[in-house]
Amino acid sequence: MSDANGTAGDGVNPEKDLSAENLPGQRGDGGEEIRVQRGMFGANNGGDTSGYGGLVRSVRLPGASNRPYGGWFDEVADELEGALEEQDLLPGNAIGKTVVDHDELTFHIEREHLVRVATTLRDDPALRFELCTGVSGVHYPSDKGRELHAVYHLRSITHNRMIRLEVSAPDGDPHIPSLVSVYPTNDWHERETYDFFGIVFDGHPALTRILMPDDWQGHPQRKDYPLGGIPVEYKGARIPAPDQRRSYS
Amino acid sequence: MGLEEKLPSGFLLTTVEQAAGWVRKSSMFPATFGLACCAIEMMTTGAGRYDLARFGMEVFRGSPRQADLMIVAGRVSQKMAPVLRQVYDQMPNPKWVISMGVCASSGGMFNNYAIVQGVDHIVPVDIYLPGCPPRPEMLLDAILKLHQKVQGSKLGVNAEEAAREAEEAALKALPTIEMKGLLR
Amino acid sequence: MSMPNASAASARETTEGTVYTVTGGDWDEVVETAQRSDDERIIVNMGPQHPSTHGVLRLILEIDGETVTEARCGIGYLHTGIEKNLEYRTWTQGTTFVTRMDYLTPFFNETAYCLGVEKLLGIEDQIPDRASVIRVLLMELNRLSSHLVCIATGGMELGATTIMIYGFRDRELILDAFELITGLRMNHAYIRPGGLAQDLPPGAVDQIRELVKKLRKNLPEYDALATGNPIFKARMQDVGYLDLAGCMALGATGPVLRSTGLPHDLRKAQPYCGYETYDFEIPTADTCDSYGRFLIRLEEMRQSLRIVEQCLDRLQPGPVMVADKKIAWPAQLAMGPDGLGNSLDHIKKIMGTSMEALIHHFKLVTEGFRVPPGQTYAAVESPKGELGAHVVSDGGTRPFRVHFRDPSFTNLQAMAAMCEGGQVADVIVAVASLDPVMGGVDR
Repeated sequence: MSDANGTAGDGVNPEKDLSAENLPGQRGDGGEEIRVQRGMFGANNGGDTSGYGGLVRSVRLPGASNRPYGGWFDEVADELEGALEEQDLLPGNAIGKTVVDHDELTFHIEREHLVRVATTLRDDPALRFELCTGVSGVHYPSDKGRELHAVYHLRSITHNRMIRLEVSAPDGDPHIPSLVSVYPTNDWHERETYDFFGIVFDGHPALTRILMPDDWQGHPQRKDYPLGGIPVEYKGARIPAPDQRRSYS
Repeated sequence: MGLEEKLPSGFLLTTVEQAAGWVRKSSMFPATFGLACCAIEMMTTGAGRYDLARFGMEVFRGSPRQADLMIVAGRVSQKMAPVLRQVYDQMPNPKWVISMGVCASSGGMFNNYAIVQGVDHIVPVDIYLPGCPPRPEMLLDAILKLHQKVQGSKLGVNAEEAAREAEEAALKALPTIEMKGLLR
Repeated sequence: MSMPNASAASARETTEGTVYTVTGGDWDEVVETAQRSDDERIIVNMGPQHPSTHGVLRLILEIDGETVTEARCGIGYLHTGIEKNLEYRTWTQGTTFVTRMDYLTPFFNETAYCLGVEKLLGIEDQIPDRASVIRVLLMELNRLSSHLVCIATGGMELGATTIMIYGFRDRELILDAFELITGLRMNHAYIRPGGLAQDLPPGAVDQIRELVKKLRKNLPEYDALATGNPIFKARMQDVGYLDLAGCMALGATGPVLRSTGLPHDLRKAQPYCGYETYDFEIPTADTCDSYGRFLIRLEEMRQSLRIVEQCLDRLQPGPVMVADKKIAWPAQLAMGPDGLGNSLDHIKKIMGTSMEALIHHFKLVTEGFRVPPGQTYAAVESPKGELGAHVVSDGGTRPFRVHFRDPSFTNLQAMAAMCEGGQVADVIVAVASLDPVMGGVDR
């Protein structure tokens, strides 16, 4: 369960046929490495006495998929690529990669083309993703150069479909164009993601904090922001805050 | 704050204390200070089945200036803390606070950046009520216990004496970490 | 004073730089000027502690006389950091946190989260039928209790205390059933990744049948009390108007969207937990206003009762947790002499006979199961609209990131569009018809 996609180097099961077409989601490459974990119990200050200290495990998210994606996914991908070509935008420039995983279609979009792609997805009659269910920020601190991800889920009520757009930005330049002009519902969602992750949505009408107090320092849901709990005292014992305890991940 | 505070210690003062305590406990006006899940249970307590009206308390005041009991019902966030203190300051004396639920009492399971770890960091608390959320019966019990406390509350010189004693006791009290016994 | 524009500071260039000469004005003149203009624009700050704003919501209203010219929301007064807290707990412990997000719809939060985790684990097909049926049963009962609170508090905010007493009376009946099944009135953490915490207790089915009978008798009372009531209608009709285009642009879902006539409901559009096999209808209205939303909620409660009855009919004995012992919680709860506890049989087995079972129990409880890396989005139709959980795993025993797309949060954005240009009193009605729960908005 724990080994990632059965990629070579981390516990290959000899009984499994690892040729590409047998792997779930037909992942073309070995997936993208987001983190390398050493040891077993998350002990990183020399306290690992478990005997698993030398274990090295790379954590990989599902990688790009190859055609055919299956079901209506191909139709949506074809339509999107065709519509982008009509606008003289090479699909390869806008769509970084396409991932099919868990029966869900994800387009990784280059951030400079996000607004154009979203407008196309909303307006093209064959696509018609009318409803955006907001932005979810994810912070991958060890995914260098693309630490901050903004994930959009688009729903088409006309065609009863759902796709995901994923845009990434480096930590040093956390700018992603705002989708408020395309989906006004993203107003609060983008403010929330800015509040928690520090992603600056360029073009947002009023990008201010929304859930935290206005004078709050830092962006609390980033991985480098501590949980901020305090030790709890009982009779004769002190239990550390959840983020200070031993981790088993 | 009136004449009763000026009375000399003795039979007259204790009689007035009893009368004032009885009046105060029998007509207590809670301020609506619902924050989270506990607020729903607080509303349930006011509604038909549990019927807070039996204790003369069904009228929740929207304005803190007409209330003398604040039931802090739910988790207090860092953003809400100054608001809560302001509402408390707007309430006229004498006033009491029930910290309803573990989140208000100690931060509870939300031991993190967003939640104030116990509303007693901001306002003095009279009754801590555990539970997540406490049942309406538990809130009724807390309110009845507060009634007892209000009935026995002191006035004038006796109040000063009681405050001094409470402070001395608190200074002498053993910190939790140094206590012995079962881990709780 | 004869100076024109007396209060303005005139500027004069000197060799030292610009020099401003500040002069005063005659107060009589200032007051007179203010009186002459019919500008009664004032900013009213409602909340965050206000009896009729549905919790700690702050409304910033710019009003001209009685008309709201601009309306904005201030939220975040109940921000709890639940999403961050989840990252420090195991996947199973996560349900304990998500259930406290929108505290009026705990079973929906749990189901959305668990569906997401199950999708990542790839065990959607292995969830036992009985677990899915009980999930649907509890969700529909929860829809009833949530709508009842919405109607009750909405009525109270209009000044109709009777309807509040009625709503809470019926909600109590439903909470009794919840308490029997889960042990808690609210914040249950009963639905777990892989199934349920435990099976229905004896007598639960009979009690729910009795409950359905009582609710069938009580629901028409809301009709009799409110639906035809001229005061109620006058307050609600044509108030809080939001049409289909507005709903789509602002992402509003749930009764707000269905009040525009679009029968969009995830239970029909993207069924989960086997909703496609139940027989029920999606009520709509075409009035786009608060009254339409009220009627939709009433009708949805009737439809929920239908689904509850179908659930009871198709309950078959069987397991309520996946068979995979690497995921399923190792022990079943059983009534001990001190109330709840681990079943004594299980303790006897792991302590007395099987060392491996003890290790397994210990590992699964302290460390938890691992979830393969990836991300997924699971959505359910909560009483307020589309409740989505974006769940990301990095292959560990704890969530890497969980984000909830809460319908209250998204729908509340529509407040400005509904209220601007209307009366101050209508703001309360419009907000009540959105049914925002601040625990869900701020999370």
